[in-house]
Order: sequence, then C-alpha cells, then structure tokens
Amino acid sequence: MTVLSAPARQDRTEGAEPLRPVKRRRPARWVVLAVLLVLVLLVVAPMLVVAINAVKTPADYASNGPLSIPERLSFQGIADFWERVDFTRKLLNSFVTSLAVAVLAVLLSVLNAYALGIGRVKGRIWFLVFFLVANVLPQEVLAYPLYYLSKDLHLYDSLTSIVIIFTVIQSAFGTYLLSSVYAEFPTELLDAAAVDGAGKWRTLWRVVVPVSRPTLAVLFTFFFIWTWNEFFLPLIFLVSNENQTVPVALGVLQGDRLMDATTTSASALVGILPAMLFFLIFQRTLTRGITAGAIK
Amino acid sequence: MSGRGGGRGSGYGLFLIPGVLASLAVIVVPLVMTVGISFTRWTGIGTPQWTGLDNYTRLLHDANFWASFGHILLLIVAMAVIPTLVGLLLAAVLFDYVAKVFGNRWASVFRSGFYLPQVLPVAVTGIVWGWILHPSYGALNRILDSAGLGSLARNWLGDPKYALLSVMAVMVWFQLGYPVVMFMSGLQRIDPELYEAADLDGATWWQRFRRITVYLIRPEFYVVLVTTTIAALKIFGQIFVLTRGGPSNATLVPSYFAYKSFFQTAQVGYGSAISTVLTVIIIVLAFVFLRLQNRAERGGTR
Repeated sequence: MTVLSAPARQDRTEGAEPLRPVKRRRPARWVVLAVLLVLVLLVVAPMLVVAINAVKTPADYASNGPLSIPERLSFQGIADFWERVDFTRKLLNSFVTSLAVAVLAVLLSVLNAYALGIGRVKGRIWFLVFFLVANVLPQEVLAYPLYYLSKDLHLYDSLTSIVIIFTVIQSAFGTYLLSSVYAEFPTELLDAAAVDGAGKWRTLWRVVVPVSRPTLAVLFTFFFIWTWNEFFLPLIFLVSNENQTVPVALGVLQGDRLMDATTTSASALVGILPAMLFFLIFQRTLTRGITAGAIK
Repeated sequence: MSGRGGGRGSGYGLFLIPGVLASLAVIVVPLVMTVGISFTRWTGIGTPQWTGLDNYTRLLHDANFWASFGHILLLIVAMAVIPTLVGLLLAAVLFDYVAKVFGNRWASVFRSGFYLPQVLPVAVTGIVWGWILHPSYGALNRILDSAGLGSLARNWLGDPKYALLSVMAVMVWFQLGYPVVMFMSGLQRIDPELYEAADLDGATWWQRFRRITVYLIRPEFYVVLVTTTIAALKIFGQIFVLTRGGPSNATLVPSYFAYKSFFQTAQVGYGSAISTVLTVIIIVLAFVFLRLQNRAERGGTR
C-alpha cells in the first residue's frame, strides 16, 4: 500500500548519495528497520485483528481466539449487522450530509474569503480573528442552544440541521485558510478582469475560483471527511434510527447486549472501510493538504 | 498576509453577508446564549432562573470538575506531548535515514502505516479498542491468556485503576501519525546541503538531529503542539464510546461532563458553566501558542 507517496522528493534523496551511510553502519540499518516494522505493525494490528475476526463465525472465535486465521470466510456477521442497523441507510445519510456540507462550506468560504482576502473590507482583521476563534471553539459550548433553537424551528432530528451547522463550522476554517491564500492572489489577473469590464461577481466565478481550484479541492476533501467523522453534534441531533449517520449508529451500539466479538468486529470493519476508501480516493489531495490543514 | 495596501474598492462587503448571517445564527447567538445560561439555574424547560456566579462557585468546589481537568492534563501528555516527541524522532528517522538507506518507498509505507488511525472516524476507533480491551470477549485478554500471561489480563476499561491509562494508550496510538506526517513535510523544506556540511564536519546522527532538524522545523513543532493540545481539551468521541466517563468518573473529561449535565442530569446552567470555562481556556491557549509561533517565525526560520 503506497499511500501518501511524495514523488517530488524522489530524485533528491535517491539520486544524490544513496549508499554512503550503508557502508558505514551495516548492522544498525537492520535494527532500525526491525524496530520501525514492529512499531508500524503495532499501529496497524488493531485494524488487522478487526478484519480477520469480522469474517469468522462466533464458534470459530470461541474455540480459536482472536489471532487465528478464519477457518473459512463467513460474511454472516457482517450481513447480520448490516441488516440489523439498516446500514445502507446510515451510509446514505452520512454521504448526503458530508457531500452537502462540503459543497456548501466551500461556497461559503469562497464568498467570505473573496471579501476578506481580495476585497479587504473594513474590519478585516476582526473578522479573521472571529473565524479563528470560531475554529477552535469546543462544540459543547454551542450544543445546547443549537439543540434548543432547532427544536423551536422544527429542525431537530433532521439531516438539514446537521448540514446547516457543519456548513458554518467548517467554513470558519475554510474562510481563515482561504483568506490568506486570496490575500496573495495575483493582482494582474484581477486588474485584467477589471479592464475587460468584468464586475466583482463575474471576476469571482471566472477568475478567482478557477485559479484557486486546487486549494478548493483540498478544502472540499477536508470538509467531506471531517463531516463524515463528526460524532458529538450528530449524536445529539440525530436521535431517530432513520436519521443516524455511520459514526452515531456505531457509537451508540457500544455496550449493546447483542454485540459479541465477531459482530463488534463486523461493525468496526464496516465503519473502517468507507474511511479507508475515501483515504485512497483522496490521498493525493490530502498529501498536499495535511500541511495546509495545520492551522486548524 | 502582505502585499497590497488598501482595498480594491467598495462593494465587497456584500459577499460577506451570507457568511455573517450564518455565523450569527450558528455560532455567535449560541455562544452568547451558553455564556448567559451559565449564570442561571435551568433544567431546559421553563424560564431560566438568574443565580449569578453560583454555578462557577459550585464548579470550584466540585471534585468531579477538578478531576475532569486533571484527566485532561494526562490526556494532553498522551495526545500532544508523547506523539509530538515520538513523532519528531520517527519523522527524522524516516526522512533522514530510512529514505536514504532503503529508499523513499519504505519511508512512505511507514508514514502511511502510522497515519492510518487518523483517517478513521473517532467513534470507529473507539469501537475497535472497546472490543480489543473488553474484559470477557476482548482480543487483548484472550491473547494474554493464550500466551500464558493470563495473570496480566485486566478489566482494562472497567477498572478505575487502569481505565485512564488504557484511554491514554489508545490516544497515543490514534495521534502518532499526525506529527509524523507534519514533521516529514516540514523536513522537505530543509536544504540537504546543511546535512552534507554536518556530515563533512563529522557530526553524528544525533547531533544533526538536535542541531539542524529540531531547530529548523520549529514552525511545524508549534503547530502540531497547539493542534494536538486543543484536540485533547475537546476530546469527547473516544471517551463516549470507550468508557462514557466511567468507571466511577475515572475517565471523566470536561466535554463529557458538560454533555452529561445538559442531557442526562438536566442541569443546563451548570453544563453551560463547564463549557464556558473550557472555551475560555482553549481560546487563551490558542492565542498564547499563536504568539509563540509568530515569534519563532520572526526568528528567521522560514
């Protein structure tokens, strides 16, 4: 699995002087490699253990324990779990919510950052300080009033409430990041658009957005994955079964009487797989973006 | 942010309107409400009763409140201090040794491995570990048993003596990949000639690590430390799934304490006071770190 590869570095480190340190300390290199392998195996082990036990029968687990290779592949545990929690529904809820938030939050971030980074509106610094603070706020300081207000507005226990809330929360980060990107936006491009007679609205969509598309892609990816993984507010807001997202559905099942070792692994596995899938799909964007996300 | 002075003309304010309205509704109003409610006694139904600073004086005398912040200090060790230090060492070894001796492929594979837990939803990591550490059907105790180490088996999450330590171990596992990735990308900024010069001067690996690596990636160091510390202060998901603050409050943290006050004990005023205190601490910390970071950057590392 070669995820997170960094091709830019390839030539420098491999081409320059590959063999010198090897000759100097031949035994040390294997010790280093062995230590790292053990460490990385320890990190990955929980996922591997989950994977092999998710496809075991309960009887197999009872007699052979968690580390044995399954006697035969059994997808019964996964199927049972899937059906019991109506997992298709939860996947759909999570997907729709995350997608809507990612799109809307990117849009809102662009509008904010256009005014703050390029337009440099009055009081810009204070807006940026606000978005920075909004970014670090713990969600529980917003939770109860949001819960109370959403009940008033009949938005409680609906995906709409979650989409609205996370659009705003994620766009606080997006605005902060994008404003500093737009502050460095090439003036010549904006001037050229102005000379062509483009208004602010047209300039935004025809010049600013296309030029900053790589950054927007990173933001979109972050927002999608962050929203997918959110737990606290969805736990409070999505109480009925048909509205739950994947993390909430899995989280509230913990400690349930019906959960045995193989069912628990099955549930963990179906929670892990989508996340791994996104990671593989988005890895290129993410590699570029993890450092940008540092400000959060 | 630098460059142009002044604006490009007026009219940009219009673009800010949707963002401002949305932020008012979802962030400003709820924040002000929570701070307001923290001065009242309220069950969530009926009218809140003004009680002034009562909730805050009660906090000061509440052993659970102090315990929850004590637990947070230990979780900062597990989520910020240990991952940052170990991550720094791992990143340096991967970038400066493994990539050179074994090639970039190996360095990337290791990096992805360490980063893997970070891509999983926190609730899912909670389930994975909740099962591994389960006293009766958990994998860890079964493994210890079959290795003849059954006497080491514990009720990892159910025994107040070990619960917090177990959660800390899980959090180290969860957080480690983030500093590794951040530091490795920071290391790419460093001019390789510096290392070559150090090699020519006969510097040992450890000397190079301390004098060059650590010194030059200070910006990343501050970023990682502040991000992980704030994450530790906010921790909720893993606690909810792994222990629900138990056993007997051994793993209680402020966010879970507030959640419990809001939705289980119907002490909304008290929960608001807890959230307000936590928020103030986080904001102060963020600004202190930002100042430190600015100073480090002005020191001429970039």
